[in-house]
Amino acid sequence: MRLASAQEITRDMFEPLQLGAGEGEAITRPPISYWREVVRRFRRNRLAVVGLVILIALLVFAFAGPLFTHWDPREQSLFDTNKPPSGEHWFGTDNLGRDMFARLCYGTKVSLFVGVMAALIDLVVGVIYGGISGYFGGAVDDVMMRVVDILYGIPYIIVAILLLVVIGPGLWSVILAMTITGWVGMARLVRGQVLQLKEQEYVLAARALGASHLGIILRHLIPNAMGVIIVQMTFTIPGAIFGEAFLSFIGLGVPLPLASLGTMANDGYQYLRIYPYQLIIPAIAIIMTMLGFNFVGDGLRDALDPKLRR
Amino acid sequence: MLAALWIIVTATFFLMHSIPGDPFLGDKVTEAIRQNMLRKYGLDKPLWEQYVIYLGNLLRGDFGTSLKMLHRSVNDMIRDGFPVSALLGLEALAYAVTIGLVLGTLAGFRHNTWLDYLAMFVALIGISVPGFIMGGLMQYVIGLKLGWLPIARWEGFRYTIMPAAALGLGTLAVMARMMRTSVLEVTNQDYIKTAKAKGLSQREIVFRHILRNAILPIVTILGPLTAGIVTGSFVIELIFGIPGLGKYYVQSIFNRDYTLILGTTIFYAVLLVFLNFLVDVAYGIVDPRIRLMRSRE
Repeated sequence: MRLASAQEITRDMFEPLQLGAGEGEAITRPPISYWREVVRRFRRNRLAVVGLVILIALLVFAFAGPLFTHWDPREQSLFDTNKPPSGEHWFGTDNLGRDMFARLCYGTKVSLFVGVMAALIDLVVGVIYGGISGYFGGAVDDVMMRVVDILYGIPYIIVAILLLVVIGPGLWSVILAMTITGWVGMARLVRGQVLQLKEQEYVLAARALGASHLGIILRHLIPNAMGVIIVQMTFTIPGAIFGEAFLSFIGLGVPLPLASLGTMANDGYQYLRIYPYQLIIPAIAIIMTMLGFNFVGDGLRDALDPKLRR
Repeated sequence: MLAALWIIVTATFFLMHSIPGDPFLGDKVTEAIRQNMLRKYGLDKPLWEQYVIYLGNLLRGDFGTSLKMLHRSVNDMIRDGFPVSALLGLEALAYAVTIGLVLGTLAGFRHNTWLDYLAMFVALIGISVPGFIMGGLMQYVIGLKLGWLPIARWEGFRYTIMPAAALGLGTLAVMARMMRTSVLEVTNQDYIKTAKAKGLSQREIVFRHILRNAILPIVTILGPLTAGIVTGSFVIELIFGIPGLGKYYVQSIFNRDYTLILGTTIFYAVLLVFLNFLVDVAYGIVDPRIRLMRSRE
């Protein structure tokens, strides 16, 4: 509401800029690629960065931790059972006298391995299955998705338990049990993406230029669906770690002498009343893993989805 | 739905029977005794015949008998254990749905206030702390150190609070998070503006327009969430010493009691598939658009 003052602005108050033709249109900032923009948005999200820091700390702990201790995670000592945390044993010892710090490093490594392997297997199977189903469409899609729908209705933990009872516990049996129906989610997701993407003009162009079906799927469709795929993976990893811990708790996790965070929590639970640190220490490790992956997953989902850009 | 059930039954049956050896192998068992035992349980017949008999029994509602515990059938265990498990599950679901929805709704309406942060903090704990660890920690802190609630067993309402809370926590967290996003999304829709413009009271807008629409996505994930509660009960019942079906199931796994595992697995599978089906039906009732789409097909 300052109309009066607007009249006080006279022409000579303006100073014309001397610009050559086209100079005003020049792009002054360097162009930002999609992935650079993702990184930028991810770094602006405080929780996501915290999650990333937690994950890096866990990795360092799992792989560099053993360098700082001379204890062997498998070495039992009946003279040193159930020692509380001290300078000698940083996290104490368990009921068989094994050093909890060394064991926790080892268990974290095994748990992360289970999670990452399960996610990778889901990725490969799901992307191939979903890619083919979505790309070819029609009857192929109908049949392939019928199978997926049926598998999707079967509760995965029941299948995992059954499978482990039949083939016996083991590191790879646990991974197999986690993935045997786990890939279905990824396949559905990839199919949905491919169905959308294959109608794009660049796919038509690629086909006109004589690209093979496989080439189009691998070179054009999958890279464009990568964002969604990565987000799904960051949620599969903690899911598999959680599943393994759950199975360990009912005696079907990785067998001795292996240890995972789940088997450690289970061992610790037996002595909860007298030595609570034996449950609390692996529990904190599991919680940190879950938090780290969930923060990073949420952050990535927000960063990768341009629709949410504000 | 029937196809999924048939595949589960068939796969379970043949997987269980593919385990080498039979339950009656042992040093003290002579060949004659073994043959008699095999005949008694019908294990001497060819596999496909056993399969047909088993399927027939299933259709009549007979899940088979235990190999380890004499005169104990899977049906007995379901009759004893399932009501307990169902009660525990329903209580957990009740906590999760009411508290989860209220937290999520409040967080959505009071976006970026301390209420929002508090609700999301609770949700974060629920998502990152597995139920069985939460159960153990609750037993230690609330049961042992503070002595507020009994640590284990199943003898009245006070005994149900802790296990149900531990069981429902994960679901509560997912509910709260989804409800919050959903409320935020619906509040920005044009039809809310319309409702405001035509002069509806705040109360009417919230209950008739915002909440009714915001709750739709929640109904779709109710199926997987219920499944999570059912499977979560395996461990929770074990930890809290609750005589439910989940505990029997885990014990039959420990004992390698194959017919029991087979029977309970199938029962659980049927239950979960059925629950999923119910959720589908419920979704059709809640969202008229789905009903319209189906009737047009």
